[in-house]
Amino acid sequence: MSVHDTTGPLLEARGVNVSVDGRDILRDVNFSINHGEFTGLIGSNGAGKTTLFRVILGIQEHAVGEVLVHGEPLARANRSLGYVPQKVLFDPDLPIRARDLVALGADGHRYGLRRRPRALHEAVEEMLDAVDASAFADRRVGGLSGGEQQRVLIAHSLISRPELLLLDEPLANLDPGSVQEIIALLHRVSKRQRVAILLSAHEMNPLLPVMDRIVYVANGHVASGTTDEVVRPNVLSALYGHHVDVLRVHGRVLVVATALPVGPPPSDEHPEFVVE
Amino acid sequence: MFASFMTNAWISGTIVALLAGAVGFFVVLRGASFAAHAIPNGAFAGAAGAYLVGISPLVGLVSFAVLAALGIGVSSRRTRNDVATALSLVAMLALGAAFLAVNLLYEPTINALLFGEILGVSSSQILPVIVLGVVSVIVLAWFYRPLLFTSVAPELARARGIATTTVDVAFLVVVALATALTVPVVGALLTFSLMIGPPAAARILVSRPGWAVAGSIGLSVVTVWASIAASYLFNLPIGFFVGALGAVLYLGARVVARRRATHPAT
Ligand SMILES: Nc1ncnc2c1ncn2[C@@H]1O[C@H](COP(=O)(O)OP(=O)(O)OP(=O)(O)O)[C@@H](O)[C@H]1O
Ligand SMILES: [Mg+2]
Repeated sequence: MSVHDTTGPLLEARGVNVSVDGRDILRDVNFSINHGEFTGLIGSNGAGKTTLFRVILGIQEHAVGEVLVHGEPLARANRSLGYVPQKVLFDPDLPIRARDLVALGADGHRYGLRRRPRALHEAVEEMLDAVDASAFADRRVGGLSGGEQQRVLIAHSLISRPELLLLDEPLANLDPGSVQEIIALLHRVSKRQRVAILLSAHEMNPLLPVMDRIVYVANGHVASGTTDEVVRPNVLSALYGHHVDVLRVHGRVLVVATALPVGPPPSDEHPEFVVE
Repeated sequence: MFASFMTNAWISGTIVALLAGAVGFFVVLRGASFAAHAIPNGAFAGAAGAYLVGISPLVGLVSFAVLAALGIGVSSRRTRNDVATALSLVAMLALGAAFLAVNLLYEPTINALLFGEILGVSSSQILPVIVLGVVSVIVLAWFYRPLLFTSVAPELARARGIATTTVDVAFLVVVALATALTVPVVGALLTFSLMIGPPAAARILVSRPGWAVAGSIGLSVVTVWASIAASYLFNLPIGFFVGALGAVLYLGARVVARRRATHPAT
């Protein structure tokens, strides 16, 4: 449905720097995201994942550098991006059903009081169905569980047919079964609707089966590429600024610091002896 | 109570109820109750000031209510919203007190401004009330969806490219207009209860946004009509009945919602 060419990368970040109150949060960040690919944005608490999303959306203050979508600078109201923030709180008394929230994703930005066309109602049904949310479509969003809300939010951001879906820690607070379900759902949707996904998480392991590329944030720096290119001792050691090993056990990846740190407990910027 | 001298009361009361029901729905949705409490106090100061300089109280009500709304809207960008609201509220109340002291207003006039007066809207004011009421409703209908969206999930709305700050300030101005029209009828102290009671009850009872707005407007109209009638019959300030009915509606809705939750079949 896009008029743009699909040969180059969908999104490109070039030389992005963010510093707040003289503190560098992100330094010289470069990476790109390709059409229809699943990219994991991996980093520990405070690494700068949310900040990076805000940069991509053009709502982060004190950000320098370029973010190009289809090779062009990002307009603020860019319709090719869908976004689900890390924390979305809904009051249980809010008179908004799951389907109303999904519909707002399609026409919530429109002024004027037109009747919703039948096509919109159909699109809402389709999206609710795609995320397996039809069963609770008529319940208030505030009364849904975390995993149910996550599905509704995904449907909400998909209905505008974005080319890139930004999901900030959608797997936090979900039980392992729901984590698998949401990942499978996102993978399915991304292939079917050909939408690229950038999903942030602390843990890369649940994403390994579906992840095409990884953007690894630590220490204010970013390493990106395929999982095999990035999750290597030399790349991650350079990123963390000290030596780490990458262990593969039973299909899981563990990033471990080679020597146990002595003295004060490790700060946020350095991995504890097991990060992944 | 349907005598001709009551015509203005019924007309302005109905307009005020329609507007307060619609505006109040969003006030409750956004958790902006405190602003809805502060703005009428600004409007009160404006009315007192208007008497002082001898202009129409409606002019004073509108200009001060809008000023209070803009004060809250602009300063809440810098400080926390409730602090900004409290500061605007205090400034307006102080001003109102000063105006009253200089003015030596006739006591029933002050009472009417504070607690409402069914005959509070004169024939010369009925046309401006209708015009302002209709304008406010049109503005509200025009930005209904972005307003709903920013009220429900501001972060999502911002990511969708909605200028949320503009929507916030525009909404406060509509609250100000609705307030300016409501104060002469219901009184400055209880305008707030008309904007909170019926919408809070409606949103508990109805889960669809569009129907909840309609329910809020319906309950608000019933509240005002019942209050006008009761005020006429018992010769008590209309604000008293509006406040009491608002509280009863809210508690009633809570009870109904709880019974629904425990007996889902009924
Ligand atoms: N408004 C702000 N002012 C100052 N510092 C901030 C601000 N927002 C974020 N930071 C800092 O920027 C760093 C990155 O924050 P960010 O929220 O992007 O991390 P994150 O990777 O999303 O963490 P988490 O996994 O906990 O969500 C943190 O050190 C945080 O303290
Ligand atoms: Mg975060």
